[in-house]
Amino acid sequence: MFEVLFIGLSLTSVLLLIALGLSITYGAMGVINMAHGELVMIGAYTAVLAGIHLGFNIYLSLPLAFVVAALVGLLIERVVIRRLYGRIIDTLLATWGVAIILQQLIRLEFGLSFFGISIAGLGPGLQNMRVPTYMMQPYDIMGFTIQPYRSFIILVTVLLTALTWYLLYRTPIGVHIRAIMRNPQMAAACGIDVRRVSALTFAYGSGLAGVAGVLLAGFRTVMPEMGATVVVDGFLVVVVGGVGSLLGTILSSALLGQINGVVSVFSNDIIARAVVFGVVIAIILWRPRGLFAFKSR
Amino acid sequence: MSNNRRNFLKQSAAFGAAAALGPGLWASAAKADSEIEVGVLFSLTGGLSIVERSLADATLMAIAEINAAGGVMGKMLKPILEDGASDTRTFNERASKLVLRDQVPTVFGCYTSASRKAVLPIFERRNNMLFYPTYYEGFECSKNVVYTGAVPNQQLSNYIPWIINTLGKKKFFIVWSNYIYPREMAKVSKILIEQNGGEWVADEYLELGHSEWGAMVSRIRSSGCDVVLSNVVGDSVIAFYREFRNQGLTHDTLPICATVTSEIEIAAMGPEVAAGSFTSFPYFQAIDTEANNDFVERYRRFVNDSSAVPQHALECSYFQVYLWKQAVEKAGAVTPDAIREGIKGQTFDAPNGKVTVDPENLHTYLTPRIAQWGADGQGQIIDEYPEPIKPLPYVAYGETDDDLFCTGAGLDSSRL
Repeated sequence: MFEVLFIGLSLTSVLLLIALGLSITYGAMGVINMAHGELVMIGAYTAVLAGIHLGFNIYLSLPLAFVVAALVGLLIERVVIRRLYGRIIDTLLATWGVAIILQQLIRLEFGLSFFGISIAGLGPGLQNMRVPTYMMQPYDIMGFTIQPYRSFIILVTVLLTALTWYLLYRTPIGVHIRAIMRNPQMAAACGIDVRRVSALTFAYGSGLAGVAGVLLAGFRTVMPEMGATVVVDGFLVVVVGGVGSLLGTILSSALLGQINGVVSVFSNDIIARAVVFGVVIAIILWRPRGLFAFKSR
Repeated sequence: MSNNRRNFLKQSAAFGAAAALGPGLWASAAKADSEIEVGVLFSLTGGLSIVERSLADATLMAIAEINAAGGVMGKMLKPILEDGASDTRTFNERASKLVLRDQVPTVFGCYTSASRKAVLPIFERRNNMLFYPTYYEGFECSKNVVYTGAVPNQQLSNYIPWIINTLGKKKFFIVWSNYIYPREMAKVSKILIEQNGGEWVADEYLELGHSEWGAMVSRIRSSGCDVVLSNVVGDSVIAFYREFRNQGLTHDTLPICATVTSEIEIAAMGPEVAAGSFTSFPYFQAIDTEANNDFVERYRRFVNDSSAVPQHALECSYFQVYLWKQAVEKAGAVTPDAIREGIKGQTFDAPNGKVTVDPENLHTYLTPRIAQWGADGQGQIIDEYPEPIKPLPYVAYGETDDDLFCTGAGLDSSRL
């Protein structure tokens, strides 16, 4: 039973990791960020490239990927999203376009492949990130099998969630962010620099996606298309949890992760996926704004 | 008004027809007598281009070698390279162009079964020839396709007995990606497992591209199986092998025996994860013969990449051009009908050994081999069938060596 719960827990942590950044950008800023999956992919490629060219291990890759993805996020905010606040359908289309551009940049090695230059770790092929051997070898404690890599993901997720909570609820900038979530015009009227805070928030959410990418790279395939499936999972969690609610995001990833884990162990992954979607539909019918929604913009 | 419009339609239709015919007529009139044009159709762009580009390279290399040695019946081969763009509709369009407009007598190409199915009607309706180099699921019997890759019995019929008798593993966990090729492979596996006195404890599949293997590997652990038979394809393979290792399973005690995990996937997952597992294919880069080492070296020089890795479909793409050359020379003519007659029973010494085209079903005799992967990402051949075995595209439905469903007369569909 413990092992089943552990699988659920590790699925939960992956979902939460992806949804955390998304819940901030979507919740705080009303941006449907279709490029979120591609920011995860950028994090994964940062780890692959840093591993090949700089000899970075996973611990060094984590902060690096955070910074790289945050900078890319900041750039997207400055160039595209800034002009589209309040136009939610337009952000969906625009960020989808951004997602395609980012995929192609990786596939075409930033255009260098046109000139016959190829960089190890880029291009359309499959990549992988090396994981230290001690992280791949499970060990037994009191009859339980502990998988170090999955445990590491859970640990990082818990830390990031705590950090996000602290930022949102215990710092001045968190007050600003929450004020903008509730009502941006009123926040601006109170003297909050909405544009600057929004840009920083978006960069932070993107950075979290980058970290998620590094951790996913350790046990999934790294390829230009990897973001597409990720973003669907992220939106499921955010929609079920309630837009802009940290607690809702945590609980809904726990719910969906455990359902997925338990059903997939006792029947199979295909049925588990169907059950998860069924639960999501039921919850949205029952509470259209998600489990923990408050009135927002 | 309506009269005018009708006239206009008539005129434009006539003009359109002329425009469509024009280039075709012109092209055939202008065709030089000293050349034979052949079609080469693979995805040079899109998601499948990594693999398919290498197959196109191998085809072009064979053509270049044949030309350097004097061509076919004194004529040079001129490849017309078309891009299927990883899209079945584009494959269909490009194949039509090659067959109708360029009027080539043969097209070498297609990698996925989906692209083959998309172009098949063109070759059958226009009575042209397709040379198809990929291992595939069988269940096809066309007079217009020469299949040079393995069909399920050529990957499994010495593999399963070997697993049961030599490895001593009897309880199989069959796992596959959900699409036609692995599905048929799983069917054939089950027939062979039961024939050889083994049993299968589970038969599970996941969608194509699935990357979360936690639950599946946990089921494998608790299933009581002693060997995993994997027909998992593409990028899922990497996530699967890594999760297998992460959950503490090792290939010493519970080996993964795969049918499609090639050098490409092994390199992508990191060889240390796969070390000790097995794969069955008629061709591996590691086949240590002079012919193959020479082939690998020539290929690397041709594509100007010292680390390029040939795999099974690539080798088939190469040798099928030589089989075609022999067929043309035997028939003495470059028409699809002559090539079909000429190819029957043709034998060639390919890099992997002797290959022969079966005169009945136009599939190819190949030698099944089993390799064990090392920590360096190279396979070591540890078992090899003594001779090439007969291709049976309908083995999943009860076809045997003495009882063929697909013969020169066509498919006996009453047997299915």
